[in-house]
Amino acid sequence: MRFERRQDVSLPALAIAPFAAVAVTLVLCAGLIAMAGVNPPTAYAQMLKGAFGSRLAITETLTRAVPLMLTGLAAAVAFRARLWNIGGEGQFYIGALVTAGLGHNLLSGLPMPLAIAVLMAASMAAGAVLLVVPALMRLRFGIDEVVTTLLLNFIVILFVGLMVEGPLKDPMAFGWPQSVPVAAGLRLPDLVPRSRLHVGLIIAVVVAALVWLLQARTVFGAETRAAGLNPRAAAFAGVPLTATLVKVAALSGGLAALAGTIEVLGPTGYVTTTMSPGFGYAGIVVAMLAALHPMGVVAAAIFVATVFVGADSMSRATGVPSFIADVIVSVSFLTMLTALLFTTYRLRR
Amino acid sequence: MNETFDILTNASLWAAVLRIATPLIFGVLGALLCERAGVLNLGIEGIMTMGAMAGWLAVYWGAGLWTGLLIAALVGLILGLLHALLTVVLGLSQHVSGLGITLFGSSLAYYLYRLWVQVGDLPPTIQPFQPLKIPGLSSLPFFGEAVFSQSAPTYLALALVGVTAWVLNRTPLGLALRMCGENPHAVEAQGLNPIAIRIGAVMVGSGLMALGGAFLTMAAFNSFFPTMVQGRGWICIALVIFASWRPGKALLGALLFALFDAFQLRLQTSVSGVPYQLFLMAPYVLSIVALILVARRARVPEALMQPYRRGER
Amino acid sequence: MTEIILELTGITKRFGPLVANDDISLHLKKGEILALLGENGAGKTTLMNILFGHYASDSGEVRVNGHTLPSGQPRAAIAAGVGMVHQHFTLAANLTVTDNIVIGSESLWRMDSHRKAATARIRALSQTFGLPVDPTARIGDLSVGERQRVEILKALYRDASILILDEPTAVLAAPEAEQLFRILRGMTAGGLSIIFISHKLHEVMAASDRVTVLRGGRVVAERRTPQTSPAELAELMVGRSVTRPKRAVHAIGAPVLIARGLSVAEGQGKTLTDVDFEVHQGEILGIVGVSGNGQATLGRVLSGLARPAAGSLTLEGRDISRLTPRQAISLGMGRVPEDRNAEGAVGDLSVWENAVLERLRDPAFSSRGFVRRSAARAHAAELIRRFDIRGAAPDTRTRLLSGGNMQKLILGRNLAARPRFLLANQPTRGLDEGAIAAVHADLLAARAAGAAILLISEDLDEAVGLSDRIQAIVKGRLSEPVTADEADARTLGLMMAGVWEVRDAV
Repeated sequence: MRFERRQDVSLPALAIAPFAAVAVTLVLCAGLIAMAGVNPPTAYAQMLKGAFGSRLAITETLTRAVPLMLTGLAAAVAFRARLWNIGGEGQFYIGALVTAGLGHNLLSGLPMPLAIAVLMAASMAAGAVLLVVPALMRLRFGIDEVVTTLLLNFIVILFVGLMVEGPLKDPMAFGWPQSVPVAAGLRLPDLVPRSRLHVGLIIAVVVAALVWLLQARTVFGAETRAAGLNPRAAAFAGVPLTATLVKVAALSGGLAALAGTIEVLGPTGYVTTTMSPGFGYAGIVVAMLAALHPMGVVAAAIFVATVFVGADSMSRATGVPSFIADVIVSVSFLTMLTALLFTTYRLRR
Repeated sequence: MNETFDILTNASLWAAVLRIATPLIFGVLGALLCERAGVLNLGIEGIMTMGAMAGWLAVYWGAGLWTGLLIAALVGLILGLLHALLTVVLGLSQHVSGLGITLFGSSLAYYLYRLWVQVGDLPPTIQPFQPLKIPGLSSLPFFGEAVFSQSAPTYLALALVGVTAWVLNRTPLGLALRMCGENPHAVEAQGLNPIAIRIGAVMVGSGLMALGGAFLTMAAFNSFFPTMVQGRGWICIALVIFASWRPGKALLGALLFALFDAFQLRLQTSVSGVPYQLFLMAPYVLSIVALILVARRARVPEALMQPYRRGER
Repeated sequence: MTEIILELTGITKRFGPLVANDDISLHLKKGEILALLGENGAGKTTLMNILFGHYASDSGEVRVNGHTLPSGQPRAAIAAGVGMVHQHFTLAANLTVTDNIVIGSESLWRMDSHRKAATARIRALSQTFGLPVDPTARIGDLSVGERQRVEILKALYRDASILILDEPTAVLAAPEAEQLFRILRGMTAGGLSIIFISHKLHEVMAASDRVTVLRGGRVVAERRTPQTSPAELAELMVGRSVTRPKRAVHAIGAPVLIARGLSVAEGQGKTLTDVDFEVHQGEILGIVGVSGNGQATLGRVLSGLARPAAGSLTLEGRDISRLTPRQAISLGMGRVPEDRNAEGAVGDLSVWENAVLERLRDPAFSSRGFVRRSAARAHAAELIRRFDIRGAAPDTRTRLLSGGNMQKLILGRNLAARPRFLLANQPTRGLDEGAIAAVHADLLAARAAGAAILLISEDLDEAVGLSDRIQAIVKGRLSEPVTADEADARTLGLMMAGVWEVRDAV
């Protein structure tokens, strides 16, 4: 038995890959749920109900999907150019921190849309720096960016801790380590009244569409794709590899930081060191489940959010540890990875 | 300055260095074995977490400490097999697969721990490995306390450095393993199976990583809690590069790193006015700096991260 | 009395829809040198990989000394005394000669390795067979010829009685190749049997006892070498009479590209030292030489990927010593890279994307940063029609094209812009005769249209057939040019061996 490369990427296989991956994942994880003494179909039904069973549940799921869409886009954009950005978590936090720091009172003179634009630009720039530096370190010294971006995550989160316990500490928080809040006038309006769902959802979807347009229709997108698929041939054809990679890094880091910005401007209002339940890492899963397609990211983010929100509620109802959500998400990542292989290879004998 | 001197000449600092270095030595040897065979194993963080949980849990359920270590190593072998199936057999991206293993290993460890262990206000504890004083040597001045009063797994880690170096450099198996990392086609052309050798290397390497994790819960501490591996796996990946893929230098790197860590821990208690986060950042910053310093000189195994499929060039 | 030592019967191997080997049978007698002759893609290498066990055949069997070899197991082939020297050497550059030779010869579970005995045995073998090499040297420090000796020693160390060599002379200069065949002849006297794969008629005629000709995955003929002729073999190999187009005599114009005292240092084996040449309008200048003598570096400099350390390089009087790929394109320099898969095209992009990749920023193909997709597709369709690129539509994934058609696409995207200068680096490497003829016709048409063409080639027939003048490249230096009419095989052979340098020195 061995693998044989397909003549061409099989589009039907690509279309069913995520569904097959999720199905296999649910079967595999059923065993773990059964170990907790809970009937797996019941547990999965509980999860669905927890994620979509009420107006509140639906808005919670979508609220959770917003940052995942943006960190997912960040990973998808980078991975497509073979830039392994695993620093989404750190970039998310830096975006959140810049937003709270600048948005507390520094921008009070500006009209709201302009102030928000400034906040987004500033935090995206900070996120961009956090990835451009590792990208340049790879280009100049050959240092694997996976290691550097991972290590940077720890550094950034400690830095955030330092800030929220120091210069940006909220004196009104009864000693809790949390940052000063952004000005109330800068908070994003609600999308659905009496819920946490905010217009960030629309922003994220629009950004996904823009990223798709950029990748599929522009010179930059074409050059990035060429550079990712075959750097030598791209360089030969005059694509400036360094500049292209730096631009991709800036975009990817910026998108992850934007997730942090919107999370602060939307549901939370301030920064803590525990505000992200791994949005940056989950973004990698989202990107992979979407086969790196920007519009697929929107759907994949909603799936991952469903798992997290649903698992919380299922856990409360049945006693299955809520870490089952992380297991499901990580297993679906591995199964999707395998499923993608079968879009370019087939088994022979 | 005086303070620095006092800290550095204190035997308890050096004892702590070896203790802190032990999980890194296991981890860096494991990562090194995988990479010399041509496979980057970013599953290390998750494998260490699973090792930490599995070894601890076995002892918590009544097994002996050595049985616990064995179980941790077995769990590492299994996760290594998974990584090898994905990267060596299926030829998937080693970066992506490794991350997947890390996400999977960590989340599974947390899930099973919560499933099987009742956690009250404080996490439950076990009786961990105790310092094993080497008769005679442990009564030496300074070295007795610094080197010869460690727990048994530390001695095991030190011995494994020598074993790994011998196997890699002196035995036919080590030659075959290194050749897999340089040119797997050459291995196949000589009638050996590079896929089998790579799978074996990744499994054994992952077993060592898991032992590094188990040391945390079974010797350094006495309980398991989520996120306790704290990026030690990533630091090991950086240390392998720092060590130019050589076991001896890997030991040196781990010791240097641990020295720095032990030193900052003591400074943290004696220097006031500096936020503690700055001290905690130091190991990660140091890893990046180490990478920059050696990156240009490092001789990477030529076939690292290149999948090998039979009949495909 | 000559016994049959090796027999292949009914070997069939498919890769997807492609039948690489179709019911092939052949045999080898003891002490014989058999040449396996065929064009690129005829199935020679696949067949030998099946024999050696790298591939499992779909049907058929391999018998050594009457015993059937299990399919797909190199270990069994080695144990039966089959040794293989691959065209792309299977050596680890960071390890020593001894390491590379002994791997696989000892049980993996030994606690120690017999290094001293191994080194002594390698020394003895290299003495016996006239294959000098230092067992303690690192492979990365050896020349290509020495590496080939290591490959042969690997087989001898494992007591091979049958030696298979895949295109053994591809990387050797003529004198080295002659020496190799002398050594091989000596080995057969010692009882070895040898199969060598080749597509070069003259070496098949000179070095083999018998020839088996493959075409399109089938055995089309078998001849005893003394009873055949190059002409007959050529026709058997190609299967039809394809004539390569001939260069017409015409007036040569003014110099377009001039290099004076050009030196480049890119690392070992990748240097140019004090190189002079000029290419005129309407002229093809051929650079011949054995691969690995600086051709790649010359190609990179003229493509804008490497910078000269000294000397001048001008295009129509304009300094281009600090050229970038983008400048090269905008100055009207066409470039056909050495390796079409690695540099020429992005296999996973569509034909139209590759057709315009070099000029995406050209207003013809983009406006305000957006790609003008319909214009780009139309351009690709035009290239497909004009350059007869078969099996392609603008949206076809480029990887699916055959080598010849991919090369036509790369040549087409350069020629469509009517370049003033064209670099053609190994433009027909690995192509079959039909595709070679098409590429040659395109190059000659560009020459007729006034382009100055620098042709880098290892194929002497090609270089002599197309070039107006020829220079040889040896160890990063260029010989004085000779006109194509002066260039007989002997002169070129001496030039490529670097003999002009000796003359200079005296």
